[in-house]
Amino acid sequence: MTTYAVKNLTHGRELIAFRIGEQEFCVNIMSVREIRGWTPATSMPHAPPYVLGVINLRGAVLPIVDLSLRLGMKPAEPTVRHVIIVAQVGPKVVGLLVDAVSDILTVTNENIQPTPDIANETEKAYARGILAIEGRMICLIELDSLFPHTESEAA
Amino acid sequence: MDMNEIKEIFFQECEEQLAELESGLLKLNDGDRDPETVNAVFRAVHSIKGGAGAFGLDDLVSFAHVFETTLDCVRSNKLEPTQDVLKVMLKSADVLADLTNAARDGGSVDEARSRTLIRELEALAHGEVPTAAEAPAPKPAPKAAAPAPVIEKPPVNDEGFQPIPFSFGDFDEEPAAHYVPTVQVDFKPKKDLYAKGNEAVLLLRDVSRLGEMSVYCDMDSLPPLDKMDPEEAYFSWKISVTTDRGEDGVRSVFEFAEWDCDLDIRTIEEDVVGEVTDDEELPMQPVPFDLSMLDESGSAAGGEDEPAVVESDAAAAVAAAETATKVSQAAGRAAENAKAAASAASAAQASQTAAGQTIRVDLDRVDRLINLVGELVINQAMLSQSVVENDTNGTSSINMGLEELQQLTREIQDSVMAIRAQPVKPVFQRMARTVREIADITGKSVRLITEGENTEVDKTVIDKLAEPLTHMIRNAVDHGLEMPEKREALGKNPEGTVRLTAKHRSGRIVIELADDGAGINREKVRQKAIDNDLIAADANLSDEEIDNLIFHAGFSTADKVSDLSGRGVGMDVVKRSIQALGGRISISSKPGQGSVFTMSLPLTLAVLDGMVVTVAGQTLVVPLTAIVETLQPEAPAIHSFGASQRLISIRNSFCPLVDVGRILNFRATQANPIEGVALLVESEGGGQRALMVDAIQGQRQVVIKSLEANYTHVPGIAAATILGDGRVALILDVDAVVAASRGQSLKQDISLAATG
Repeated sequence: MTTYAVKNLTHGRELIAFRIGEQEFCVNIMSVREIRGWTPATSMPHAPPYVLGVINLRGAVLPIVDLSLRLGMKPAEPTVRHVIIVAQVGPKVVGLLVDAVSDILTVTNENIQPTPDIANETEKAYARGILAIEGRMICLIELDSLFPHTESEAA
Repeated sequence: MDMNEIKEIFFQECEEQLAELESGLLKLNDGDRDPETVNAVFRAVHSIKGGAGAFGLDDLVSFAHVFETTLDCVRSNKLEPTQDVLKVMLKSADVLADLTNAARDGGSVDEARSRTLIRELEALAHGEVPTAAEAPAPKPAPKAAAPAPVIEKPPVNDEGFQPIPFSFGDFDEEPAAHYVPTVQVDFKPKKDLYAKGNEAVLLLRDVSRLGEMSVYCDMDSLPPLDKMDPEEAYFSWKISVTTDRGEDGVRSVFEFAEWDCDLDIRTIEEDVVGEVTDDEELPMQPVPFDLSMLDESGSAAGGEDEPAVVESDAAAAVAAAETATKVSQAAGRAAENAKAAASAASAAQASQTAAGQTIRVDLDRVDRLINLVGELVINQAMLSQSVVENDTNGTSSINMGLEELQQLTREIQDSVMAIRAQPVKPVFQRMARTVREIADITGKSVRLITEGENTEVDKTVIDKLAEPLTHMIRNAVDHGLEMPEKREALGKNPEGTVRLTAKHRSGRIVIELADDGAGINREKVRQKAIDNDLIAADANLSDEEIDNLIFHAGFSTADKVSDLSGRGVGMDVVKRSIQALGGRISISSKPGQGSVFTMSLPLTLAVLDGMVVTVAGQTLVVPLTAIVETLQPEAPAIHSFGASQRLISIRNSFCPLVDVGRILNFRATQANPIEGVALLVESEGGGQRALMVDAIQGQRQVVIKSLEANYTHVPGIAAATILGDGRVALILDVDAVVAASRGQSLKQDISLAATG
């Protein structure tokens, strides 16, 4: 594990890539705690539309976020094929509903290209850059900016 | 809980306070001028001072007092916290930590350093003028600097049992050589001493820590067993101790027992030493008589397990005495006294066995365990479900095993939950002591009445309750109660009463602190608030609003600053601590009759009895404590009222009908009441409401899970829980829902809760 971490530092970072609809996104693997299948969530009153509800994660109450809707795309219709990426965002743990996990990537900073100018404010807020891997385009997401603490407290 | 345990808690709290103090000072050093930071620093020193005062740690108190006075100048903007000032303060924080450590572990403090700092602090407090008359004079020279050369410490932690390495030669020589005085103590406890929870053995043990001690127990007044009153005290002790602390040091050990025993403490002059040693019985007797004592109690108990195996090993004696205590309740007192004597003789050993009965565990670990066990129960339920489904033969060995597993998991769950939920008794006991001490210092006569000591609350709540409660009790005695003469003049009982009550109410614990003192002097409070710029001079405030002013930071009505309270930290600290626990505090005061503080705290993580209901397809849990009755509404009982309100008539009274599904936004339109069930609830405000739900699934105990940990507070929802099928169910916040039905929106309610 130690050598792994050292390698990580010197050879860039590892990202976990996932699919929402036709698009691919990725997040830093260090913030991902686990990946699990979809289970029906208990819906919450007065929650923003992208919060699908809460599920039981080994005794902890875990909110589930429809990442598609959160990123401004159309709402997901969760099926058993959907997966939940359990991620650490700041002090909290959230479940991100995505279509599928596609890849684990090891990249260096040179691989990451800046977000193109055409992006609007929503995309600029969460996108930290794009990667071109084997002809695919993968957008790197910054989870912290997607769920700032102030927002979750005010919500 | 003996003195040492309480002391241990104090030191643990000290560590937290010291950490806070340091971080606060460092923040100030970085240019932070937030008054809250100054307040935090001030509170930390104040808390240490308060606790140290309770334990008679004079060095610590006097230093903290000077430190506090200087900080007060910073707080009131009389002193600019420049780098130079903070340098002194940080140094002082170090010395404070040293003093705390020295008080806990023994050891010495660089005295020159602390004295220099006291002088520097005082200089700062008085605007660089070193000698000011009104300076709260620090008590000079800590005791460690007693003129007598330090003698070798008694072998307190020595493994071996060494009470008799005492030779007459030594005894004669030691005091002569080192001028260490020998103190003779005649100690005869009255039965009140034991009734108040004091223990002779602990006192003797404390004496033994002062220096080399020999003890003789006088059992002449012990009646035969059949005539013995188990509650009575029959033994008395003659103690002679050689200590550099002198008579005062010994007296301080008996400080809290003085009025419950006949006590005679005198220093034996050197020329009298011979006389003492002449008393043959004195040094050599303890072990043999212990064992004879044990024989007696053991045989009285039917000799069930031969506790009195005669062996001149004190450890065995202690163990045997313990067994004997268990064996017979009638002989219990005697055995305990025997144990007391034995333990006193082998103080070191006894203190070793006393420690280690409890452990302090990080609460996070317990929580994790509770979560895992909860999950285990759910998994086990799901497993048995699938076994039953796949197995037609109901008596297979798998089924039997599963049943056993089920019982085991239940038992584990119960035991784990029991770790967290604890009675408030220990905290209340600490308060009894606080009251006694403050009553002593203020010269008031106070009686503390506690009720509901066995009310169980979550450990977090208990741990964090002690500090605010201590503050409040201090305030109640110091400011609330009048002096005895004044009370008498007012026709009251000269003895003031402070009543501390704990009870469960609608899923919360309610702690009430009532005194029968003067009540809040609203004129004075108002004037003070105006003086401190808390309110405008022409502000029009109701009595209740004035009462609540005392919760403001930097507010104090005491005219003089005392060691006890009156610096205006106090009620704001109390309020902050209670709010940090998710609780509320309110005050009601009647002039001349006293004040009542009511704290309502959630039972976080406690088990909750709930009614599981269905609302618009969702499963919700309603705390059972809130429900008065359930009923099936019939069409003639439903009456429309105004535009959208509906009332239900229950036994000729009308009660507003509240659609839970509508308020929680689970459905857009109001449900038809006739198809559902009505839960008649009593809210904290007192009014009754009929909550409409679709169906009742049943009752069950649920474990409260925090929603805030990973999500956020949800209006109308108190917490979440996990049901047997592994799914999350939400626990309804009845008060919030009822408030929402009164027309206040749920969102508004939160912001009120956050600020109020």
